[in-house]
Amino acid sequence: MANADCIVIQGSNMAECHPVGFQWVEEARARGARVIHVDPRFTRTTAVSDKHIPIRAGSDVVLLGALINHILTNDLWFKEYVVAYTNAATLINENFRDTEDLGGLFSGFDPETGQYDPSTWAYAESDGDHIESPGGGHEHGADASARAAGDEHGGAGPALAHAGVLRDDTLQHPRTVFQILKRHYARYTREMVRDVCGISLEDFDYLARSIVENSGRERTTCFAYAVGWTQHTLGAQFIRTAAILQLLLGNVGRPGSGIMALRGHASIQGSTDIPTLFNLLPGYLPMPKAGTHDTLGDYLEVVGSKKQKGFWANADTYVVSLLKAWWGDAAQQDNDWAYDYLPRLSGPHGTYQTVVAMLDDEVEGYFLLGQNPAIGSAHGRMQRLGMSHLKWLVVRDLNLIESATWWKDGPEIATGELRTEGIETEVFFFPAATHVEKKGSFTQTQRMLQWRHKALDPPGDCQSELQFVYELGKRIKARLAGSTDERDRPLLDLTWDYPTDEHGDPDGEAVLAEVNGRYLTGPDAGKYLSSFTEMRADGSTAGGCWIYTGVYANGINQAARRVPRGGPGPSQSEWGWVWPADRRILYNRASADPDGKPWSERKKYIWWDPEAEGGSGRWVGDDVPDFPADRAPGSRPDPDLGGPGALSGDDAFIMQADGKGWLFAPQGVVDGPLPTHYEPQESPVANALYPQQQNPARIIFPRKDNLSAPSAGEPGADVYPYVFTTYRLTEHHTAGGMSRWLPYLSELQPEMFCEVSPELAAERGLEPYGWATIISPRTAIEARVLVTERMTPLVVGGHTVHQIGLPYHWGVGGDAVVSGDAANDLLGLTLDPNVQIQESKAGSCDIRPGRRPQGEELLRLVEEYQSRAGVTVETDNVRVTDPAREIIYPPRGQDTRGADGPADRTD
Amino acid sequence: MGQLTGPTDPATDAGWGDRKPRKGFFTDTSICIGCKACEVACKEWNRNPRDGDLELLGSSYDNTGHLGASTWRHVAFIEQGRDRIEQARESGRALIDLGMPTLPGPPDPIDTRADLKPPDTPEFRWLMSSDVCKHCTHAGCLDVCPTGALFRTEFGTVVVQDDVCNGCGTCVAGCPFGVVERRSDGTYATPTRQSDRLAHKFVTNVAQKCTLCYDRLVEDQIPACAKTCPTTSIKFGDHDDLVAVARERVAQLHAQGRTEARLYGANEHDGVGGTGSVFLLLDEPEVYGLPPDPRVCTADLPQMFKHAGLAGAGMFAAAALAFWRSR
Repeated sequence: MANADCIVIQGSNMAECHPVGFQWVEEARARGARVIHVDPRFTRTTAVSDKHIPIRAGSDVVLLGALINHILTNDLWFKEYVVAYTNAATLINENFRDTEDLGGLFSGFDPETGQYDPSTWAYAESDGDHIESPGGGHEHGADASARAAGDEHGGAGPALAHAGVLRDDTLQHPRTVFQILKRHYARYTREMVRDVCGISLEDFDYLARSIVENSGRERTTCFAYAVGWTQHTLGAQFIRTAAILQLLLGNVGRPGSGIMALRGHASIQGSTDIPTLFNLLPGYLPMPKAGTHDTLGDYLEVVGSKKQKGFWANADTYVVSLLKAWWGDAAQQDNDWAYDYLPRLSGPHGTYQTVVAMLDDEVEGYFLLGQNPAIGSAHGRMQRLGMSHLKWLVVRDLNLIESATWWKDGPEIATGELRTEGIETEVFFFPAATHVEKKGSFTQTQRMLQWRHKALDPPGDCQSELQFVYELGKRIKARLAGSTDERDRPLLDLTWDYPTDEHGDPDGEAVLAEVNGRYLTGPDAGKYLSSFTEMRADGSTAGGCWIYTGVYANGINQAARRVPRGGPGPSQSEWGWVWPADRRILYNRASADPDGKPWSERKKYIWWDPEAEGGSGRWVGDDVPDFPADRAPGSRPDPDLGGPGALSGDDAFIMQADGKGWLFAPQGVVDGPLPTHYEPQESPVANALYPQQQNPARIIFPRKDNLSAPSAGEPGADVYPYVFTTYRLTEHHTAGGMSRWLPYLSELQPEMFCEVSPELAAERGLEPYGWATIISPRTAIEARVLVTERMTPLVVGGHTVHQIGLPYHWGVGGDAVVSGDAANDLLGLTLDPNVQIQESKAGSCDIRPGRRPQGEELLRLVEEYQSRAGVTVETDNVRVTDPAREIIYPPRGQDTRGADGPADRTD
Repeated sequence: MGQLTGPTDPATDAGWGDRKPRKGFFTDTSICIGCKACEVACKEWNRNPRDGDLELLGSSYDNTGHLGASTWRHVAFIEQGRDRIEQARESGRALIDLGMPTLPGPPDPIDTRADLKPPDTPEFRWLMSSDVCKHCTHAGCLDVCPTGALFRTEFGTVVVQDDVCNGCGTCVAGCPFGVVERRSDGTYATPTRQSDRLAHKFVTNVAQKCTLCYDRLVEDQIPACAKTCPTTSIKFGDHDDLVAVARERVAQLHAQGRTEARLYGANEHDGVGGTGSVFLLLDEPEVYGLPPDPRVCTADLPQMFKHAGLAGAGMFAAAALAFWRSR
């Protein structure tokens, strides 16, 4: 980010939440960059930015869409970049219908399942057909949503059957992506931004001018976002809009460009790379699904067709190497490399669905490893009540977090909903070692692995995760020893032999080496792999995570490199190790023009050197080229070759199936190929762009314990008239497990508070530093009141919208240095359909002065509000807002050749 | 005794033969993000106790309040509206017109695309500043200490020895900035009299303040707060170099139209001879809780002694005269 000329921080409070990373923004600013902060609140980030643009939480697609519209209408897009490197010129099939045609829906919506069939979004094919997913047909949105399939594209683009697309390079054909884009965003005007986001025309013009003046050959603009974008019912689409904008401006793959995803904590990137998620295998391979991926052959056909371009076509080598790493000699050619040992998904196993299953007594046990869902997850009450249905609960943490003590001092004990004596859950607490008491890697938001060394031994019984899991595995294997049950074979055959130190702690470097991978057979047997291109599908290589291959090349722990500032070059490559293959900027082929020359001297990064390698030419520069090193800029191999070999000299987006950046996403995003504005699940504002109020494909949980506030126009909407948004403070960390037990941090921010504007304080009679009660349809909490001009009321559609800010670090429990009510208790459960993240950034509430009632009175207060508002299980849970409207759904009989009709693909 | 006022090198003045370049801080508050890492790093390194009462102070995001015996870094937060910003800009402009020090020599080449006119006065701004002991050239605490517990180090900094301090508290009154304080829990315990119980590990009832991490400086390390500051708002180094950097930075901000920027403590002709900790402020010092014209209490000592001497001599003469008369 230090190389950017303009930085837009939106959906993020970077200085407060990533203070160390923020030094690079300040570095950019010291070099003359302009920094703009778009946020509902004026925060510590805004204090050091050049401009604050206050925005209504949840309306970002309108702002970004209007910027797209502005750029397209005024011809301000980076033409050579867009034509060469994006799918702007690609034709979409003729059955596609846009939200312009269908009042806010795309073609293919199935009201029964509440998901889209994406077949009408596909690329056009030369014989009037359209391009499908590999394996035939198109995965129905419902399936993809249940698999949180959006997540698996974290490492690569979605698969296509082949890359033989149709293009119109003049961009005039009405079915080009370019023209569809123009038409789709035509209604996203700056007046719309004023009326929907509450952003003035002047502020919009300032933002538009700033990013346009800082894009092009000579300058680049960078966006940074965090959970202010992701935690919405259309969170993935927020990011998609920014991606389209950046592609149009030529701001991807270049120094100081791109979209920096600022993740939630220090190693959360690692938690999706080596996943702790239900739907992923290491390296973003999808977890197999029962009925779809029954054999290895089925799986590989769907995951990566050999006929599409790019490195995903080699998925078989990654999968087999992974299976060899996990099952060693038990994985052989004749048993499909132990593919059957992998578990299969049978539906959505996300954390929220699991909690609902707990309430239905379907879940016996729960491991909480460094997680505090009683505070940190949405709908705290549901989390704690869910845990009371478990047979057993294991909490592994540094401190006795609220998720370990809810059974004796949680809010439900106080209200009487739970009685300690009546709870049958057996709770085990295992003390955990801190990050300085064990060695291992962290993978942060930049895809960078940084090694952590051990400074001292853990005290008492505290253990590292490695030791805990290793010991657990050993004991389970011991119990199953001698079993003849087929079900036990996957556990018994796991390779489970790590060197341990004198305390029994497994060696983290041994695990890192295993993740990196090595040759198993042949002349190099035992040698570490140095690149994922060395992986094979014949069982001769093993590797735990193909994108990490190279971190332990030559037996050197590359993640432990620490040259200050990463060395002198602009890519700062000498600090840590970045996946894949230590490429610091992905898709950096796009930093050079189609002929291989840098776009400008000022922004040169990698380029084609025709003299290198004795005249055959090579890509050289300040980073590892994210491109086949010897592929000349002008090469046009036969696309039927498939795989990396089929990439043309200008296919900068090497993991995409057609080698191009996708402005329009025919696959992979389940709620629309183009981002569209919808209001949050509950919102006092009616959608001004379309009749469709909410995201039709969002995941809802219509339950009596999960009621939503009536949205704009519905009776009772004025009972919860204000918008609340949740956020973090620098002084605390997530749900407080690592900060509220520390005196030094607790004294810096001791009490739960809310932030309100002076206008709202006056309207509701709130005293500065007094108490307030905030009520949502789920529960009510109390907080101290900070009256501040940093919160501004916004005028939206002629009405004033007040926003209330709530930090979410506090929880009710007896063990911490400081406690308080939990903001996330106010949230209901509604999820984004692509990745199943909860909507926690926009909800509806009321606020009134004074402390909240205690005990059973609290429940009465919440019920009183609910009945006044008339909320029922149906409120806000209607899929299509105006059911009388036409929905284009691919009719049977007219199905395109080869595609299975949608009805055949339902579960 | 050494020099009491005016520019000087404090270590030499204190008698160090083998002195090092004077060390200090330059705190550029215009890039502070208010993260308070400096407060925590300082407490961690020095093992200072928690001294907050775990309640909101009622001062924006500042729940620390002020420097004291157990808080040696304090981050202030000041929320200001348009009027106040305009006033700050005006008073800064007045200072520039007065001819406050600017960087001599040709101006740096300025990027022609930058907005050179003053930025549109924003509706709102949030000032953040990390306060610390000033390590004055002429230090009030040092000058009045009766036991010699406070001393001037070879780096030009001021440090209190907790095993010499008798807790008299004179230094507390002597500091023009209100920095040094006695740590009090009602008991008195120097390191030689501490109990082994953890709760009593902290020295009590003696004066405590920032040591500019003397124990780190002698090991060629930099102070904990400067090391941890993620944005280099807290800069540590040789005092003279830092003052030059500070002047450049102010000039840079003025060139951008941000006339509210001004230095605090950089003027060696001020009442304390300039401070070892220099600040770049964006408003009047009082806004940050700093005295606008700090003056070491011993500055007038020669004159006071002269007057006292004169008065004494006059009294002696009058008494002698009276005695003489009455003979």
